[in-house]
Amino acid sequence: MTDISNSNALEKLRRMLRIRHFETVAEAIHAKGEIPGALHTYAGQEASGVGTCIVLRNDDYMVGTHRSHGHPIAKGAALRPLMAELLGKATGICKGKGGSMHLSDFSVGSLGETSIVGSGVPVAAGAGLGSKLLGNDRVTLCFFGDGATGEGAFHEGMNLAAVWKLPVIFCCENNGYAVSTPSSAGVPVKHMTDRAKAYDMPSAQVDGQDVDAVEAVMAEAVARARSGGGPTFIETLTYRYADHAVNMGRVLLDRGDEVDEWKKRDPIDLYRARLLDSGVAADVLARIEDEVSAEVADALQFARDSAYPTQAEAFDDVFVDRLPIPAFVQI
Amino acid sequence: MAKLTYLEAIRQAQFDEMQRDPTVFLMGEDLVCNVFGTATGLVEAFGTERVRDTPISENGFIGAAAGAAMVGTRPIVDATISSFLYPAMDQIISIIAKSRYIYGGQARLPLVIRSCMFYGNSNAAQHSDRPYSMFMNVPGLKIIVPSNAYDALGLLRAAIRDDNPVLCFEDSTCWSGKMDVPEDPDFMIPLGCGDIKQEGSDISIIAIAGGVPLAMKAAKKLAKDGISAEVIDPRSLVPLDIALILQSVRKTGRAIVVDPAHQNCSAASEISAQIVEHAFDALRGPILRVATADTHLPFSPDIEKPLYPTVDRIIAAASQLVRSDTRMKA
Ligand SMILES: Cc1ncc(C[n+]2csc(CCOP(=O)(O)OP(=O)(O)O)c2C)c(N)n1
Ligand SMILES: [Mg+2]
Repeated sequence: MTDISNSNALEKLRRMLRIRHFETVAEAIHAKGEIPGALHTYAGQEASGVGTCIVLRNDDYMVGTHRSHGHPIAKGAALRPLMAELLGKATGICKGKGGSMHLSDFSVGSLGETSIVGSGVPVAAGAGLGSKLLGNDRVTLCFFGDGATGEGAFHEGMNLAAVWKLPVIFCCENNGYAVSTPSSAGVPVKHMTDRAKAYDMPSAQVDGQDVDAVEAVMAEAVARARSGGGPTFIETLTYRYADHAVNMGRVLLDRGDEVDEWKKRDPIDLYRARLLDSGVAADVLARIEDEVSAEVADALQFARDSAYPTQAEAFDDVFVDRLPIPAFVQI
Repeated sequence: MAKLTYLEAIRQAQFDEMQRDPTVFLMGEDLVCNVFGTATGLVEAFGTERVRDTPISENGFIGAAAGAAMVGTRPIVDATISSFLYPAMDQIISIIAKSRYIYGGQARLPLVIRSCMFYGNSNAAQHSDRPYSMFMNVPGLKIIVPSNAYDALGLLRAAIRDDNPVLCFEDSTCWSGKMDVPEDPDFMIPLGCGDIKQEGSDISIIAIAGGVPLAMKAAKKLAKDGISAEVIDPRSLVPLDIALILQSVRKTGRAIVVDPAHQNCSAASEISAQIVEHAFDALRGPILRVATADTHLPFSPDIEKPLYPTVDRIIAAASQLVRSDTRMKA
């Protein structure tokens, strides 16, 4: 049961709504050609991102994936720079050089959203090692999918975190598929949590559509990590509504009525109903939704009004100092 | 002045920097047991948290160095033999080289990955790599290739203090031999600053890492034949001190590039191309590369050794350039 005296109660709804609205707009404008490149959306998985991130402090770290529009939003990032990044604008969070697969906002602790599957896991272990060496109590949350658990990088990062007892929470967002490959065809164990057994790592499987349930297991994991108890593996059982991606080859898959079945347990609908049951007035919820909708519209306007980066920007941030610009590049 | 070997110089740079800056730490496989001698006394001084043995997990701990760097430490990874960088290509190229760029400058990755090039000793193809030129093809990685103790100390110290990722390739053929090095703990050689190892006027020999001692020996012999060779050591390949190289070539009009890497797409190839692009008018003949033959390195010593650059190959190249040039003029 949701404790609505908990100040997070409405914030969880707000963040899930932000993600959903952001993704709805992103899909719509991508279809119109306003977003270059591919788009992997997070709609359907909101409770997984928000239930975990809501437990974190702003100075805790987070590492994401190719499907990470939702993660920085869940961690509290402002929407304008994220939307501007999708459009490739200079005001984007990565100055228009990362795009949809790299919507990382370091100001909320993101250390990257990396589109090489599994490659964020060692980075997360390293952030945990850094916190340990520097003697602070920050924890690192590492997101990855079910498919990523087949990568060597995943196992190496898990192994390091386990042998060094690092303050890292590994969150496997099991949405049932890696592109077209069902988990059952790519992962030999029945539950992703079985992967953690090999590393003697505490683990929990949780209903990834229930934001409160995710928050509860995350709270336990964070308490363990902060107090020096080492890493935890959390598997959130969830589902992505959209196809794997748009504009990245043919990645459509006939999923029958599976999508509709999952939508019956939509994380936002479930949580909204619970808030109403707990006595939150309907107009409070409606007002939050209106505010979020306006916020996303504002972000889109900001993104549209922003300029594209200059050509010289292509030579910035390769190193700390700008590279010399070759003569054939017109500035 | 202190007298140090190449490996002692590396140890010294690591020791001094760990002493100076508590955020510097060292990790790698079997470090505490000090396999190559670059960690002597470090555990005693700094403990096993900061001198950290890792599991055999290169992609894991090299990636972890990236994460640790992003949150405010300055990791030095001792990857031991350069062949073991390959399991970590994913992290080196997709994460370490690119993170700052794809996140629009939000990430900072001050880290050093050290590895040695363990060739010429019948270690066969899988343990004899000299892979720096592969990494030159990836923007975002600085690359140093010290050829002696003095340079190793100064370059590595600068690398540890650099806010960018730096790969340090240590040539095992340069390990022995003591050399005077400055005792000043702030002695550094800026990355991108090459060195004239010997002045000369007839021919420029640009030599990389283990190619430098060979070039020096060749220069001595060439002098006896009346050929005055200038030996240039770029010391860092990214950034590359092309100005120093061009200045030398403009003076001599002839160039040889000695490179222990395989010839195809080697550092020598890149340096040759840049000379042609920028100093074609000064050239009195072709640029010759003296690099490793494009085959794998075999185990059997008699057929391994001739595949690398040798003093004789450098002399032959130099004589060819000078002779053919004389004929051209006649
Ligand atoms: C190393 C690597 N291999 C393949 C790909 C192509 N790819 C992108 S996403 C993906 C599936 C990932 O599945 P999962 O980890 O379950 O994440 P999800 O997309 O379901 O969120 C694949 C194969 C990639 N980006 N990186
Ligand atoms: Mg998946």
